[in-house]
Amino acid sequence: MATAAAHRTAGAPAYGAPHADPDGDARQRAFDAAVAADERVEPRDWMPDAYRATLVRQIAQHAHSEIIGMQPEANWITRAPSLRRKAILMAKVQDEAGHGLYLYSAAETLGVSRDELLDKLHSGRQKYSSIFNYPTLTWADVGAIGWLVDGAAITNQVPLCRCSYGPYARAMVRVCKEESFHQRQGYELLLALSRGTSEQHAMAQDAVDRWWWPSLMMFGPPDDASQHSAQSMAWKIKRHSNDELRQRFVDICVPQAESLGLTLPDPDLKWNEEHGRHDFGAIDWTEFWDVLKGNGPCNEQRLTQRRRAHDEGAWVREAAAAHAAKHAAKHTGKHTGPTGVEQA
Amino acid sequence: MTATPVTVSATAALALGDDALVLSHRLGEWAGHAPVLEEEVALANIALDLLGQARVLLSMAGDEDELAYLREERAFTNLQLVEQPNGDFAHTIARQLYFSTYQHLLYGRLAASESEFAPLAGKAVKEVAYHRDHAEQWTLRLGDGTDVSHERMRRACEALWRFTGEMFQPVAGLDVDRAALERDWLDSVSDVLRRATLAPPEGPWTGAWSAGAGRQGLHTEPFGRMLAEMQHLHRSHPGATW
Repeated sequence: MATAAAHRTAGAPAYGAPHADPDGDARQRAFDAAVAADERVEPRDWMPDAYRATLVRQIAQHAHSEIIGMQPEANWITRAPSLRRKAILMAKVQDEAGHGLYLYSAAETLGVSRDELLDKLHSGRQKYSSIFNYPTLTWADVGAIGWLVDGAAITNQVPLCRCSYGPYARAMVRVCKEESFHQRQGYELLLALSRGTSEQHAMAQDAVDRWWWPSLMMFGPPDDASQHSAQSMAWKIKRHSNDELRQRFVDICVPQAESLGLTLPDPDLKWNEEHGRHDFGAIDWTEFWDVLKGNGPCNEQRLTQRRRAHDEGAWVREAAAAHAAKHAAKHTGKHTGPTGVEQA
Repeated sequence: MTATPVTVSATAALALGDDALVLSHRLGEWAGHAPVLEEEVALANIALDLLGQARVLLSMAGDEDELAYLREERAFTNLQLVEQPNGDFAHTIARQLYFSTYQHLLYGRLAASESEFAPLAGKAVKEVAYHRDHAEQWTLRLGDGTDVSHERMRRACEALWRFTGEMFQPVAGLDVDRAALERDWLDSVSDVLRRATLAPPEGPWTGAWSAGAGRQGLHTEPFGRMLAEMQHLHRSHPGATW
């Protein structure tokens, strides 16, 4: 946010307003101008409370999705059918933990701690993506998650690299690079199955049959029923509507499914010459709302495992904190590095 | 598996490869269950390093997937230490401390040797230095943390102690000074434990009749179940490629 910095409140005031801004409207106008000019809002900049709240909600939900999303895939680490696949899957699940870390850090720039957000996840006050409430029943599900779920996530997330909030946008650049690797590994895994034995091919088709519709639901409710969309688009947190992104995803997947030799489970799916895009069948929004409300096949299991890991790890975190406190006390608050130079 | 005669270096490659493969698998079981997000990343990272080493080592002895997925329990020659179930985080850290100290000292020696394992060891020793540091730091935090963590760490170090003597038994094809390795290991581990306010455990290094016989293909009961899970999918589709 280089030019329209009039809403900047912390640090050195650049234009002679050292006291608390007597004119909130001026800050609002400066913020609006910055967003309109496609500049980045940074943590120390003034921002409307609702903008901050929207970002916290969205970034937290995204971070939670990364760490809950580790579960369905981790479910197959111990059964991966070759050492190469096992290494790829472990690296992928590790990336997701890493994404969780960047995203919780991005949320911290808005003044909320990771502990606070985890507490909200564990108590059900914040959500994660509903897609992870579906089970991974066979090895092919690992491929379907990579191809479809990560593919949908990328379609959603690439525009977020241009999101108006700087730390989120920058985190997304790195996340998207890794997600694109995840998507390719999923496609490649399914391709190997599709071209493998008849049992392997059937396994791949079954996985695509089960993951296709939930993947389409990942873009959120239709535009006319989406509660947060309009404001987020005005703030340039979001750049495209749910339905636009869903359409883009369908158009990408159709030729890929053909190359894979797999069928997408939608009899109404067909090319619409006039509109230059694919038409597709009606999504079962009842299922979407039902899973969102907590009634999906794995909602209970995912949250229970997350809470258990957190609760069972409490003594470890307490030990680390106690050790750090003892250590800090011994060094009277000043640390020196290996060279004896004081560390910042 | 075929009954190809096993050469001396294949015996050593399998022993080291099985250690890495099995410990990697155990660490992989932590995914989604770690006490803090940073440890999700760290444990997965260590597991990946070990899996990478295992793939190189098993490939020196044959086909990596055949060896990992189609051998029976009695044909695995990993240390019993690495197959022990994760237990709580303290057990996992104690296992890491014991094993990574050993592996770091061993690979350091192999890297400096004329052995055919020198190239692998030279690369892996850098990874293992991190594993060892990770284990030492956590041993200090848990041992010298709270009363609860101290007690858990003490119990874990004691429970796994009896599996450590096996690390210093000779392996055909690995030409290292076992006595010196054992001395250095004991010095290092004792020092870390003392700094962590824990006493080095007493008692035999090899307990019951089978403890310390992993290199001979005698394993503990949890290992068979671990292999059943690891091998099930691969074995269900004979001849398939993945």
